[in-house]
Amino acid sequence: MTLSLRTVRTPVVSTPDRRRSAGPARTDGWWPWAFVAPLFLGVCVFYLWPILQTVYFSFTKFGVFGGQTWIGAANWARLVQDPDFYRAILNTLIYSAIVLLGIPVAVFLASLINRPGLRFASLYRVLFFLPYIAMPVAISLVWRMMFNGDFGIINYALSLVGIDGPHWLSTPGLALISVSLVGFWGSFGLAILILGAGLKNIPVELYEAAELDGATPWRRFRSVTVPLLSPSVFFVTIITIIGSFQLFDALYAMLGPNNPVMPATQSLVFYFYENGFIRNDKGFAAAIALAILVIIGIVTVIQFRLQKRWVNYD
Amino acid sequence: MMNRISPHARLRRRGWLTGIAALGLAGLLAGCAGGGSPAEPSGDGYTPPAKDFAAEITYGVWDQTQVDAINANIEGFNKEYPNIKVNVNVTPWGDYWTKLQTQGSSSTLPDIFWMNGPNFQLYASNGMFEPITSIVDGGYIKPADYPKALIDLYTLDGVSYGVPKDFDTIAVWYNKALFAKAGVEVPKAGWTWDDIQTKAKAISTALSGDGIYGIAAATDGQSGYYDTILQAGGDVISADGKKTGYGTPEAAAGIQFWTDLITSGASPNIQQLSDTPALTWFTSGKAAMFQGGSWQRNAMVQSDIKDDVQVVELPKGERQATVIHGVANVVSAKSANKQAAQALQVYLASKAAQEQQGEMGAVIPAFNGTQQAFVDSIPQYDLQVFLDAIAYSFPYPVSKNTSAWAGLEAEILLPAFNGDVSVDKANAELATKVQAALDAE
Repeated sequence: MTLSLRTVRTPVVSTPDRRRSAGPARTDGWWPWAFVAPLFLGVCVFYLWPILQTVYFSFTKFGVFGGQTWIGAANWARLVQDPDFYRAILNTLIYSAIVLLGIPVAVFLASLINRPGLRFASLYRVLFFLPYIAMPVAISLVWRMMFNGDFGIINYALSLVGIDGPHWLSTPGLALISVSLVGFWGSFGLAILILGAGLKNIPVELYEAAELDGATPWRRFRSVTVPLLSPSVFFVTIITIIGSFQLFDALYAMLGPNNPVMPATQSLVFYFYENGFIRNDKGFAAAIALAILVIIGIVTVIQFRLQKRWVNYD
Repeated sequence: MMNRISPHARLRRRGWLTGIAALGLAGLLAGCAGGGSPAEPSGDGYTPPAKDFAAEITYGVWDQTQVDAINANIEGFNKEYPNIKVNVNVTPWGDYWTKLQTQGSSSTLPDIFWMNGPNFQLYASNGMFEPITSIVDGGYIKPADYPKALIDLYTLDGVSYGVPKDFDTIAVWYNKALFAKAGVEVPKAGWTWDDIQTKAKAISTALSGDGIYGIAAATDGQSGYYDTILQAGGDVISADGKKTGYGTPEAAAGIQFWTDLITSGASPNIQQLSDTPALTWFTSGKAAMFQGGSWQRNAMVQSDIKDDVQVVELPKGERQATVIHGVANVVSAKSANKQAAQALQVYLASKAAQEQQGEMGAVIPAFNGTQQAFVDSIPQYDLQVFLDAIAYSFPYPVSKNTSAWAGLEAEILLPAFNGDVSVDKANAELATKVQAALDAE
């Protein structure tokens, strides 16, 4: 490889054309690579190599005690014919959609918290951020207790106003919504933190100018805050979607074993777990894992394409 | 699921910490004890090692709560073989099987380790265990000393690989106070399916104002539908592990038993049991009966209702039946110190070792006639019923890849228990799918 690290390091300084022609001549030699080597090796050994192996495993029948037999595309054929796979995709999309609804709310909350002169601003920030640092399983177990159909606090509160609450976590359809609501609630912390940082970068003068022009607070929010915040919103959207496609622990801990709605509620990663670790079918599970990778990749590419329409980098 | 999960929360938490500590210790020991004497080739037949035989072996187990009793056993073993050093390696249940599978793949299994029924055939059919044939032929272990159903559990194609160290059976725990409150007579030995249905319904009706149910239905195999299918005269998996009993009228009757309890209102429904586990319904005084295992005695005696609890044998269907399960010690076929490991296997199977396990309150020992300590452990409960159950016990249903079909059962049966799907439809679906999984083995 003759690529100079300088081209990677300073993408803004010179135009791409000039750098490309000058690159090989002004190469930095081998030693910058020595600095990246530890990381590079780590990425190869712990990411790239396992991914390549997973590709291979997805075409094999994986013996319980090691040993793979090549079976061609049989795992993949089975995957695309399995109704559970599509069910898991649909469930994951529903979950992601509900969690994404949290982003507009987070934008609103972040701009409230970042209003100049707000008292206890750090307290609010801590309160919203706490769910993010708490263990997902611990959170899920507390919500599980609150959602309990017979003895949970939510149904108790509903009973006070004469409503007979449902079994939130064991009724088909409702269970996924309940888990999604917890994901929705839990996504605020990080989003508010990132959006808050984005808000701080918006020049105060713009608000002052808008105010002089007679803009109402709502108008200032819509015409100044939202467009200038869009890069942060875009970033939050990307990580939220990737995170919600990996839904597993909340589902696992909140629904629990012996839950009648689990088959209809499982996410993609749960579907992977069940086949790989419960049914011991690791070759098939490898195919599922790759499918998840591809799906997340496609969704992310689509997002990058769409961002040109709404993300404002100026 | 399996009995060893059941005392979970406590076991798991403690297991973690001590597991890490044990791991560190084991590493330290391995570091210090460089080069024990190389193993002598054990040949085909087992002969006890010489008294001064020197070796270092690892004993893999998953239950931290039993380590004290295990250490006491090893102390006794070292009186016989002072130079065989045994390192006990505790891996908490949650990681035990994952780790064991990895060790099996890389031929680094512990020299001797615990095995359970659902996993046994998978390992045995892949040649992971040393058979106990020569040990039995030499008269060092006598299979007749242990419950027959458990010997069968650890036998594949006529070859035995281990004998049980302990066992557990199923019975019905009940709450005397709730029976009295509802004015229903408490169950007695010799009761039937009709009795349990009638009593449960009567209690639910009488105490519905307090939100109390007659029974909290068991939704798992071991303490639920496996027992009732056997009681109806059927079986879940044939003895040779090739054919499923699902699809038969007996299996339908065994499933219907639970559907009747739930749809009649005698038990909370599946949604309620999913939100709050059956054992919790019972120990918080919200259900008068609970079909469960001998291992639940600790949960009972630690609960707020401990003085109201009593236990009675399972009700009779077409016949009397319970599932029996126990853990066995097995020796790795690839152990470098096979002779020493087998010597420990023989010692742990002995009457003295098992009696000690029972006296230290760890488990119900499997050696016939050593179980009195278990019965005496909580005198106010009639724990004898769990021992009497051996007489009518059947091995826990397993096949070569138990987990391939065991996952299907809950998925298909739960809607049937709730009455959302007809029992016949679920039974037929299980027959097809479980048989397909068995055929794929």
